[in-house]
Amino acid sequence: MENNDLGSKKMNNKQSWIDQRFPLSRVINEHLAEYYTPRNFNFWYFFGGLAVVMLIMQLVTGIFLTMHYKPDAEYAFASVEYIMRDVEWGWFIRYMHSTGASAFFVIIYLHMMRALLYGSYKGPRELIWILGMVLYILLLAEAFMGYVLPWGQMSFWGAQVIISLFGSVPIVGPDLLVWILGDYAVGDSTLNRFFSLHVVVIPLILVVLVFLHIVALHHVGSNNPDGIEIKQNKDKDGIPKDGIPFHPYFTIKDSVVVVGFLWIFCAVVFYAPALNGYFLEAPNFIEANPLKTPEHIAPLWYLTPYYSVLRAIPPLFGSQFPGVLAMFAALGVFFLLPWLDRSPVKSIRYRSPIYKWILGTFVVSFIVLGWLGVQPVTPLYALLARIFTTLYFAFFILMPWFSTLGKTKEVPERVTE
Amino acid sequence: MRMRIKLKLIVGLSVLLFSVNIFAASKVHLDHANTDIFDEASLQNGAKLFMNYCSGCHEISLMRYNRIAKDLNLTEEHVAKNLMFAGNKVGQAITTAMPEDGAAKWFGGVPPDLSLVSRSKGTDWIYTYLRSFYDDEERIFGVNNTVLVNASMPDVLWSLRESQSESEFDNSVRDITNFLDYVGEPAKLIRLQLGKWVLLFLSILFILVYLLKKEYWKDVKYGIWRPRD
Repeated sequence: MENNDLGSKKMNNKQSWIDQRFPLSRVINEHLAEYYTPRNFNFWYFFGGLAVVMLIMQLVTGIFLTMHYKPDAEYAFASVEYIMRDVEWGWFIRYMHSTGASAFFVIIYLHMMRALLYGSYKGPRELIWILGMVLYILLLAEAFMGYVLPWGQMSFWGAQVIISLFGSVPIVGPDLLVWILGDYAVGDSTLNRFFSLHVVVIPLILVVLVFLHIVALHHVGSNNPDGIEIKQNKDKDGIPKDGIPFHPYFTIKDSVVVVGFLWIFCAVVFYAPALNGYFLEAPNFIEANPLKTPEHIAPLWYLTPYYSVLRAIPPLFGSQFPGVLAMFAALGVFFLLPWLDRSPVKSIRYRSPIYKWILGTFVVSFIVLGWLGVQPVTPLYALLARIFTTLYFAFFILMPWFSTLGKTKEVPERVTE
Repeated sequence: MRMRIKLKLIVGLSVLLFSVNIFAASKVHLDHANTDIFDEASLQNGAKLFMNYCSGCHEISLMRYNRIAKDLNLTEEHVAKNLMFAGNKVGQAITTAMPEDGAAKWFGGVPPDLSLVSRSKGTDWIYTYLRSFYDDEERIFGVNNTVLVNASMPDVLWSLRESQSESEFDNSVRDITNFLDYVGEPAKLIRLQLGKWVLLFLSILFILVYLLKKEYWKDVKYGIWRPRD
């Protein structure tokens, strides 16, 4: 395997000095030049790489925002506007960060959809899936806390509503609430701890988990749209017949994807940074006022499916706790997916027609619940929320049964183009 | 204390449960403001009208005088002489000379800072609101408003309305609205101009990167990615 020298002799000499002390070439080979990736990746495989780009963008823009932001209930709101007006290119950095939060979720949801379509969560990739789910939940927490920092009306009241959910936990609820808030109400102490968690704690864990997510992936190898294990079909050199080196083929392909993505991203940043209230809500341009509840409180779009589940569950003995449990269950049930799915095939391409319909119903349920989450509660919408919440959970609960139903197609030996 | 928290929880959850769509259309009909942030004359006129009719009570404390001079193509001397009534320095924020306790006594509350009103309410709202005062003897200033019912603001533009035709007055209000739109986000002037160049650059880059990708992937297409040794 002399096919992967990384440039001139001079370079190699230098590398050998490093390689004697650090496994640089080995790491580069294992993860790039000799990481064999299925050649039949399609559109759905764009989003892992994009998520990494998004993470880096959020970290870098976040660092610059932290240089100018003041985590103090007195100054936070004005300091964000100071960034928007007086800091050189501050508006650009801030819009990249705020648009980035929503873009990150668009990417993550499509990334998860890919796993559902091609059975990427199935063995031997259960740990990748679990790490990914932890990342997703941490990302939701990160985004929620980040939205509190500008200290506008939606920051404040959104935090008030979401944190109050913890107060509904039986027995320990009220104490738990005070422990989270650091006060009896959302205030300066809450803002300060959210800043610390948003800027240091969660990003640190995210970076480590992303690293582990990729290490686990590179250990077992990538899945593909056919759901075939390419490692089962190797040539005489031990290279998967359907694999090609990640670098340069996928680094260059992903570069095309990244530039295309940046085009759409910049179109939003420059022409519609608030995106009609979906990315930056209008009431958040009014400073937080604990004495004045806004007319409408709605969470940002990426939280709305779970918000709908919360609202769909009726209170029990005057307690909202069942709804809160259902909301967390809606998130937690994803973890069980690798063990609920008992289908002999991974990819949607070879699954039974009935499975395709059921997966389609689930995706529709998730989207409808998300849409209902920003609508007012009317009798019709409440009924719809209950129906789609039922369908949402039915997808998981009934999966061990329906995933074995119907006739699957024969999975080919080699990947199809 | 537990009672208080429980109460807060109930209030919080009822807000949560009965919260309505943030994107729902306002019940009041709003006229389209039709402002153009690149109409410099309109912004300059809006700045003049704002400073004369509004700034006596309303601050735009997130805005600086010299930023207006720079963005609206005015000299700092001109701004200092014609738009700066509170005797500040041109680098300072635009505040009002009205004392807060006086404001509370005269109007029943401190008039809001208007720095971000275009972002929280929208330009259509400002444009319609300022044109929607009507006589109402019940109210302390003798006027009421159809957009903001029982507004505590007097109809400060009445003298302007009396001296101008209806379309002239609409244009004056449009200029004030335009100016407030600019004040809400001064960076809008830059981002809207810069955006097309960024997108043009990315389009060209996309073509180049795509062609490069095509070149590399020829290896895959013809199955020759592995160098034969």
